[in-house]
Amino acid sequence: MNQITKQKAHIVFTLNGEPVEVAFAPHKTLLEVLREDMGLMGTKHGCELGECGTCAVLVDGRSILSCLMLGLDAEDRAVETIEGMATADGPHPLQETFADTGAAQCGYCTPGFLLVAKELLAHNANPSRDEIREALSGNLCRCTGYIKIYEAVELAAAKMRGEEMTLPKESVYGYK
Amino acid sequence: MGTSNNGHGNGGTNGKELKVVGKPFRKVDARAKCAGQTKFADDIVLPRMLFAKLLRSHEPHAIIKSIDTSKARALPGVLAVITGKDLPIPYGILPVSQDEHTLCLDRVRFIGDPVAAVAAVDEDTAFDAMNLIEVEYEKLNTITSIEEAVMIDEPRIHEYGDGGNVHKKVHLEFGDLDKGFAEADLIREDVFFYEGNTHLPMEQHAAVAHYDPDNKLTLWSSTQTPHYVHRALAKVLEMRPAHIRVIATPNGGGFGGKSDPFNHEVAVCKLAMLTGRPVKITLTREEVFYCHRGRHPVLMKSRIGVKKDGAITALDFQSLLDGGAYGSYGVASTFYTGALQTVTYDVPRYRFRGLRAFTNKPPCGPKRGHGTPQPRFALEIQLDKIADQLNLDPAEMRLKHLVPPNSLTANYLRVGSMGLGKCIEKIVEGSDWKQKYRKLPFGKGVGIACSSYICGAGLPIYWNNMPHSGVQLGLDRQGGVRVQCGSIDIGQGSDSVLAYVVAEVLGIDPFDIRVVTADTDLTPVDLGSYSSRVTLMTGNAALQAAERARELLSIAVAEKLKAPIENLSFADRRVFDVENPEMGVTFAEAVVLAETKFGTIGTVGSYTPPASPGKFKGAGVGPSPAYSYSAAIAEADVDPETGIVTVERIWIGHDIGQSINPMLVMGQVEGGVYMGLGEALMEEMIYRANRNVVHKFPSLLEYKSPTTMEMCDVKTYLIEDADPNGPFGAKEVGQGPLLPVMPAIANAVYDAVGVRVDEVPITPEKVLMALRDKAKGKEGRFGPKDVPAVEWPTPMKVQTPAEGGDGREMPRVAIHS
Repeated sequence: MNQITKQKAHIVFTLNGEPVEVAFAPHKTLLEVLREDMGLMGTKHGCELGECGTCAVLVDGRSILSCLMLGLDAEDRAVETIEGMATADGPHPLQETFADTGAAQCGYCTPGFLLVAKELLAHNANPSRDEIREALSGNLCRCTGYIKIYEAVELAAAKMRGEEMTLPKESVYGYK
Repeated sequence: MGTSNNGHGNGGTNGKELKVVGKPFRKVDARAKCAGQTKFADDIVLPRMLFAKLLRSHEPHAIIKSIDTSKARALPGVLAVITGKDLPIPYGILPVSQDEHTLCLDRVRFIGDPVAAVAAVDEDTAFDAMNLIEVEYEKLNTITSIEEAVMIDEPRIHEYGDGGNVHKKVHLEFGDLDKGFAEADLIREDVFFYEGNTHLPMEQHAAVAHYDPDNKLTLWSSTQTPHYVHRALAKVLEMRPAHIRVIATPNGGGFGGKSDPFNHEVAVCKLAMLTGRPVKITLTREEVFYCHRGRHPVLMKSRIGVKKDGAITALDFQSLLDGGAYGSYGVASTFYTGALQTVTYDVPRYRFRGLRAFTNKPPCGPKRGHGTPQPRFALEIQLDKIADQLNLDPAEMRLKHLVPPNSLTANYLRVGSMGLGKCIEKIVEGSDWKQKYRKLPFGKGVGIACSSYICGAGLPIYWNNMPHSGVQLGLDRQGGVRVQCGSIDIGQGSDSVLAYVVAEVLGIDPFDIRVVTADTDLTPVDLGSYSSRVTLMTGNAALQAAERARELLSIAVAEKLKAPIENLSFADRRVFDVENPEMGVTFAEAVVLAETKFGTIGTVGSYTPPASPGKFKGAGVGPSPAYSYSAAIAEADVDPETGIVTVERIWIGHDIGQSINPMLVMGQVEGGVYMGLGEALMEEMIYRANRNVVHKFPSLLEYKSPTTMEMCDVKTYLIEDADPNGPFGAKEVGQGPLLPVMPAIANAVYDAVGVRVDEVPITPEKVLMALRDKAKGKEGRFGPKDVPAVEWPTPMKVQTPAEGGDGREMPRVAIHS
């Protein structure tokens, strides 16, 4: 069997607001460390080459592709994954509106979209449709055609601004 | 059994207001998906789990001379290595194409064909071991195109089929074609090519196998068809099906790409059995391109006769499919390229010739629309050319010749509800078509196209007379309801549809219901999430099971309330007398009353589609309980300098029958338009132009698909005209709305700059070549010139219903005159 020698890297960082330490093979990406060494399966993989946005997480509040970042580079930084989006008070408004509008079909790309959208709303409380498109242009979704995703982001933004907003009837029932 | 208070079939609600159906409820699993808690196959981790890798061929076509696995076996951490001889029994999704092996036995047929599998303690070790396997190949000449497959008989890629490298040939003739063409005022012959493309689900296929000490095998897999995987595993592993459990995990996108039994699924089962440890495999994105089973490249020739008003008098359609290296669903795909041309506009006489070729490429199969987007692309562009030639408005021309509802087509397809006319009217009005068609400035254009799709295949994949879908309901005395069904949610919302239907009938909240699906140990068979069958078939099965449960509860409650059974209503978690609504019990109390009277409350429901009116050989593909209809208008901007086509907006009308959940229907329409846009403009599975048949770009970066920046605006119109065969009148939406998008865009390009691109994807290069062609005074077209000559078999002749036919083949001798 394998000769086991002490080869693992050992780092401390902040994960979803809590300090954590983890040991892992030093060549691993943050995506692999999260999924394989920490058991956080909410972060998905679509290409492992930085092409699809599925594995996006927030590092110090900025979206990064976790398949392109070494786990070692997370040392002393604050990482946020989908598992950290909901709080004891309930789901994040984006999580609610994504669920309520049908913005998650198969749900596989959803965590990446949610985190990138969260980053957008942190900097722009009232983004236009074009600004949303631009912000989400690095994330691929094969199910929705993106439209329900834009609507979910707009609804969540309104909710976070404390405004009442509902989807236009034609978004739910079609045009008459 | 099966009669109920409200009848059955269309979910007759006796005019009662619907409380759940037709309402935009959240999906029952939506919150978990938005919390990252949905467990996809690769999220499953079992103690002591091993990881598997498949060694795939680097040769497109070769004899395997030898495989040496000794170095791989010797690598520390490797627990098992298997090759073809460990699993010698062939399999395949169709009984007529059992041509795949888990690991190639003696020959590889495309780059990516697996030859060996390794199980090791971790993925890296498995990867290293895979690279230590030595395979000696003897190269064979490759077959790289339809044309080559038709012309070159040797080497044969398979030892079966319709001769040489032809997998299948079909020739069907409905009615007197000569008479039809003689009646025509205009006859056109056009040639089209539809390039292949792939599903590209965001989730790569993954599977985990566990063989327990009591010799029971469990496979978790990202599959759209757990029942068919179950059958394939039993066959290849030579095990009793009763000892095998297949659990389909929620699919991270399917689109048809997870509908075959796959070699990695069998391989992990075998490795788990050999090692006694759980084994996982997760394919890389590159491997997903090799699994493929996507859209067939199809070369088509359509000869059509029309009257001056655009009425079709005869249609003679040829399609030649590049099937890739294995059969997959290909025989069905071939028939589908000829099946649905007749269900939109009246086609009184129809001939279809289809051929599927074997080539040394990843196998093609079913992708959203299965075999119908290609001929639809051809037909709708051809009709646009006809309208142009006859000086007719293409929207009005189509409206004039629609297939009437409740009719039988020339090729014996039974059309029920037919809402295409309303779809066309809505989008024509909404898009301001009449002010735009042929009236926009150069560089801007609009195009229209229509389509139809089946709501489930009329016949199962393997011959049997059993139901296509089964549902079991369990009611517990605390008011809980459990729905069990073999269907698998691939993102379309099929789990939610089950909950909505049952909640509607039992008058409870859909979120009260526990849905258990896609587990061959726990759920009755449903054939799978393909052919847009789930809402109609599982919906009807769920409806029947729920109505039977309601009947039991009604008897018990009526007795208690001393009210007539027909007075009882189920709503708001109560069962009450409609004439005296205060008189009633809670739903949970109703279950207690029923359990007290009858014992444990469980019911079943099932659905079998109606028999097809066609009785000829080949009549099995095309029939469906109902057909959905779509019409689309695309508005495009074409830059004559660069050839770049930008689609600004698509108006689409979809005849849904009845929305079970309009919000989810909207999502399917928008997603279908999106995927159609990708196929129209950029998506293609192509190979390097040398003899090695290497995939040009098996990665997400270079296989172009639309991002948010390319996605167009979509204006959707839902037409609700209940179909008697659908649950509550519902029809499909998962596949149909993709179909009109590609031809609508192609027609818009013509309206914008006056050139025809008769193939997809409509890339800037092709637009520019067509523009240059036009500048030289030629016809201004880019597309194939002709189809290769094929020796077609003698046609199977069937008289049309209008000619007094009975759906059977005519005696062959009497035909020739």
